[in-house]
Amino acid sequence: MSIELGHFALILAFAIATVSAVMGLVFWKRDAFAGYLQQAALLQFLLVAAAFGALIQAFVVSDFSLKLAADHSFSLQPLIYKITAVWGNHEGSMVLWVLILVIMGAAVAASGRSLPKDLLTLVLAMQSLLASAFLGFTLFTSNPFARLVPAPFEGQDLNPVLQDIGLAIHPPLLYAGYVGFSICFSFAIAALISGKIDAAWARWVRPWTLFSWAFLTLGIAMGSYWAYYELGWGGWWFWDPVENASFMPWLAGTALLHSALVMEKRNALKIWTIFLSIITFSLSLLGTFMVRSGILTSVHTFASDPTRGMVILALLALFIGGAFALFAFRAGSLKHGGLFAPISREGALILNNLFLASATAAVLVGTLYPLLLDALTGETISVGAPFFDFTFGIIMVPLLIVLPFGPFLGWKRGDLIAVTQRLAGAAGLALFVTILCFALTGASISLAPLGLLLGFWVSFGALAELVDRAKFFRTDVVTSFRRLFGLPRTAWATALAHLGMGLSVIGIVAASAWQVEVVTTMTEGQVSTIAGHEVSFQGIRHEEGPNFTSDTGTFSIASPGGEVRTAAAERRTYVASGMPTTEAAILTYGFSQLYLQLGEPQADGQSVVRLWYKPYVTLIWLGCVLMAGAGFLSLSYRRLRVGAPKPSQARVAAE
Amino acid sequence: MTRKQKRLSIIAGLGTVLVVAAGLIFFALRDQIVFFYSPSEIREKQIAAGTPIRLGGLVKENSCSRADETTDFIVTDGATEMTVAYTGLLPDLFRSNQGVVVEGAMAIDGKFTASNVLAKHDENYMPKEVVDKLKATGEWQRQANADGAVIPEVLANDNCAARTLAQTVAATGT
Repeated sequence: MSIELGHFALILAFAIATVSAVMGLVFWKRDAFAGYLQQAALLQFLLVAAAFGALIQAFVVSDFSLKLAADHSFSLQPLIYKITAVWGNHEGSMVLWVLILVIMGAAVAASGRSLPKDLLTLVLAMQSLLASAFLGFTLFTSNPFARLVPAPFEGQDLNPVLQDIGLAIHPPLLYAGYVGFSICFSFAIAALISGKIDAAWARWVRPWTLFSWAFLTLGIAMGSYWAYYELGWGGWWFWDPVENASFMPWLAGTALLHSALVMEKRNALKIWTIFLSIITFSLSLLGTFMVRSGILTSVHTFASDPTRGMVILALLALFIGGAFALFAFRAGSLKHGGLFAPISREGALILNNLFLASATAAVLVGTLYPLLLDALTGETISVGAPFFDFTFGIIMVPLLIVLPFGPFLGWKRGDLIAVTQRLAGAAGLALFVTILCFALTGASISLAPLGLLLGFWVSFGALAELVDRAKFFRTDVVTSFRRLFGLPRTAWATALAHLGMGLSVIGIVAASAWQVEVVTTMTEGQVSTIAGHEVSFQGIRHEEGPNFTSDTGTFSIASPGGEVRTAAAERRTYVASGMPTTEAAILTYGFSQLYLQLGEPQADGQSVVRLWYKPYVTLIWLGCVLMAGAGFLSLSYRRLRVGAPKPSQARVAAE
Repeated sequence: MTRKQKRLSIIAGLGTVLVVAAGLIFFALRDQIVFFYSPSEIREKQIAAGTPIRLGGLVKENSCSRADETTDFIVTDGATEMTVAYTGLLPDLFRSNQGVVVEGAMAIDGKFTASNVLAKHDENYMPKEVVDKLKATGEWQRQANADGAVIPEVLANDNCAARTLAQTVAATGT
């Protein structure tokens, strides 16, 4: 019964979304409609939440008359995986996608009192249009509420690779980021339709950009770490098209975050900011298309049904094409904003945008080129890591070199020489630390010193900004500390985000350049040494899990410091599907990790074991977490949330 | 600087960066892409040793032999066979008659040296590239018919599977 109620709720949400989209777009000039659309947005949220709740309930009680549960769940699965199995499949993940979309819409509706009525109506209408399109897609091509008669006695189990806590965290975070950018998109469309765009617009959009960007950052980092420990390939980024699909909106969103800053503070770069808002969400949609249409095969492809692909492609063409047509038609009528010299904070942010946009383009070309070539000529190629490492790497170098200068430069016109002097300390320190690293380790990998230098430069440059603003070394220490903690949260956020970026770069360089890998055959009691760690194999024992059985290999590891730890690497077989998976054992030493993977047992009782030592690898993800944390810190700053003042009037009064 | 000079210098800067970025992408697309071939195509096109390529096809039944950490196996598209040598752990889902994609290059001795073996995700998964190539050689229909309950029988005496049927039965207790 609850399943039918859920189905009905989803249909009702679709109807309400459709009506409010049409009404909002037709009558946006009438103030009364803002109130209706606010209520409609809240209703959509409640209805989709009810539908989602019905799905969760069916999965939790293992109601296998629901086809979705029968296909993707199993009665012996632990409760957490029964719940996450709801979105571990195509239909359910679409419902989650729409749920987050309507949560965003409801959040705008709830916080929309400070917005002008016409803008609010248009934004909510656009959100409803998106909700209507994707609810329609879910209901008509991938209905999650289909029943099975007669109901099977047992389900077919969730794909074992997905039976992990990662599935509980990664998709919701990623979707919050992906779908959050829909708000920026809706604001951009609303601005284009109404023709009103000023610094206040940027103020309203910026918190949403920050919010989505922070979630997307966390989502990507979590996905990367999940792939690292669960898929057992030992790598943390594969330039897989599906990873790129989430990375492109992140790059564009990072650019948007910075250009919205210029627009808010200086009322410049308006057209570009609007353009980026559209681009960012378009890339999110493109990602959804690539992942959901079955055009690519990967862990994210649950089922490929050609009609679904065509429908998503049509929706993609409708939204992206429509948005760009509107942009082309209206952008000319937007007024240009403040002027500035090339060497200025604005100039630095433009450079940031330029490099990020180029990097996005490089990733986009590399991701779509094989698909296009296959469609046009039938030739199959793969554009792999070498392409991306090369193009993306080269584009990132100037970005990272320029990065620390940005926050030091003044708005409108900056003094490059003065800034260079203030950054000299950071540069010297970065150079010193890099040389020290190489003197101590003696590694001689061609590009590693440059990469490490860049990482330290960005990190120290970020800290230098805090040191400089707190006037350390120029006044007494107590005053400096007081100044440091009195700095606005946005200053802290900028510095921490940039520091996070630097740490990630250091982690990437160190983990790639100094990684050690050993593949060896081991018998019980045998010892193998990797990077000073003595790994001794204690043998394999058989264990029973809730819905799997495993052969668990136990290892005892003596670190160079003499500390001894034990670790277990597993080879599991899932009962329902008979599918084997490998669970790696990961030991963390400071920021470095030892990664052990157990291979198939040989006939003579030996086991192949693969060992990696990955120095400073955790910095990659810690840096991302720091970046996201900085986003939330900035979001918590009150000034950003309060209704924006009217800058144009203020300026008139001042003059 | 005048207003016009400011604009011009910004535009010139933007233009330079864009041209360089576009140049980079095209240069890399020419040099850094990896072509995907079936064993027949490798023979046909006389791929030079050392060129990084991807090879796709089916793992030939009982073609695996192991020596320490190195496994030799045969990838076939029905018409041509290619011996592949790989050092390392084979993926969990690697077994006879399953689709596989290997990354690597031809060695001078005519073997294919793999740096990476991809056979991932789930037991029904067949890489799209492999399906296309198999369709081209007519091998696909036979495979499609044999699909379904094929796995246990193949496992029974498959020296390529990570686990034999006996081990699977012991492990699942069925």
